[in-house]
Amino acid sequence: MEALTQFTALLKKEFLLETRQQHTLYGVVLYIASTVFVIYLTIDSPDADTWNSLFWITQLFICINAVAKSFLQEARGRMLYFYSITSPVVFILSKLSYNVLLMLAMNLVNLLLYTAFMGNPTTSFLQFLFIGLLGSMGLGLVFTMLAAIASKAMQQASLMAILGFPLIIPQLLLLVRLSKTAFSEVFRDGVPQQLVLLLVSLDILIVFLAVILYPFLWKD
Amino acid sequence: MRLTWWKITAIVLLAYAVIGGLLLPVPELTQLGETIRNLYYHVCMWFAMMILFSISIAQSIKYLRTGLIEHDIKASSYAGVGTYLGILGYATGAIWASFTWADPNNPAFASFGSIMREPKLIGAAIALLIYGAYFILRSSITDMDQRARVSAVYNIFAYAMLFPSIWIIPRLLPSLHPGQEGNPALNFNDIDARMRMVFYPAVIGWTLLGAWIATLNIRHKILLEQKWFAHEK
Repeated sequence: MEALTQFTALLKKEFLLETRQQHTLYGVVLYIASTVFVIYLTIDSPDADTWNSLFWITQLFICINAVAKSFLQEARGRMLYFYSITSPVVFILSKLSYNVLLMLAMNLVNLLLYTAFMGNPTTSFLQFLFIGLLGSMGLGLVFTMLAAIASKAMQQASLMAILGFPLIIPQLLLLVRLSKTAFSEVFRDGVPQQLVLLLVSLDILIVFLAVILYPFLWKD
Repeated sequence: MRLTWWKITAIVLLAYAVIGGLLLPVPELTQLGETIRNLYYHVCMWFAMMILFSISIAQSIKYLRTGLIEHDIKASSYAGVGTYLGILGYATGAIWASFTWADPNNPAFASFGSIMREPKLIGAAIALLIYGAYFILRSSITDMDQRARVSAVYNIFAYAMLFPSIWIIPRLLPSLHPGQEGNPALNFNDIDARMRMVFYPAVIGWTLLGAWIATLNIRHKILLEQKWFAHEK
């Protein structure tokens, strides 16, 4: 019960910080807008496959940028303060949840901008939306944990990408493959459901690992 | 000389794998020909790599449980030798593929570019990239205890993510590589009995050789550490 109040308090703190320091949030939104604009200028009207893979690559880079700040912004002194008032498990869970919510919102922004600039080749928009949300959740989870690891080292932002890319390859491949259902590619019966199940179980695995491993990073 | 029994075993098994691997009879398959003997080197390298990576993880877990710096030294040494074997596995695989899949002079074969998309190659590439990142992470932290702890966490996290990907990717992509449905060579029916006589000793031999190199490295690092501490005092 106490853990739950701590969790909601920490989550509330993240949202409060976001509304107080609006530059970081708008920074990410602007990052998305300029990325999509550059892609729009360099490629006229991508076909469905290209659109799909570009969308996911953009989403990956947005994720690195949006999630990186979640640990970088915590100064040493503030981490010490958290150390004295809460437990590592509650702390990492609040970070994970906040970043997942952030990534869900950013996914919507990204999708909106892609549709506005480059049209929408999907045949089933709702399906793509669902897959997008599922994928952003996974990206947010993996990179939160990596941000926690990278925050202990020098050159944090670039290190996060180096650490993360090999780990995210399987998820990205799954997502790009699964997204093709939204472009009316015909799958064998049950295959899309299987892929969704795989992605969900990967997400559960990541949360599980984060809860086990974060307490070791937490001590300084 | 610290030539204990398992080091002698490594020498005997590898001598057997090299001599027997090149001389003992093998099944005659049309496309593979005599290149099938590469199984003793290429596949075994990657087997040994995975075993050494697993030892590295076990040491990382031990480090997190005990906090003894020697476990961290062991984890990084085993990971280093594993990476080295992985690169050798790549090299032997590339030689093999150029005879069977991607000869530039043979138009019937696929291009090298398409071969890099092979699921097994992607899996190996991911493993090598992970350990590349692991060593960069290590070198970017100066505090010894912090470096040990953070890299142990990344080691465990990455390994736990690597395994699902090795299971997932082959089922997503088409492949020329043997063992589409799972892990080749673990299946007893896949390999001819004559080849098994060399294959399994070779796996053990390469693993032992890797462990041998790693233990030398570990002893060296521990000595350096002791020297450093003596100097401090």
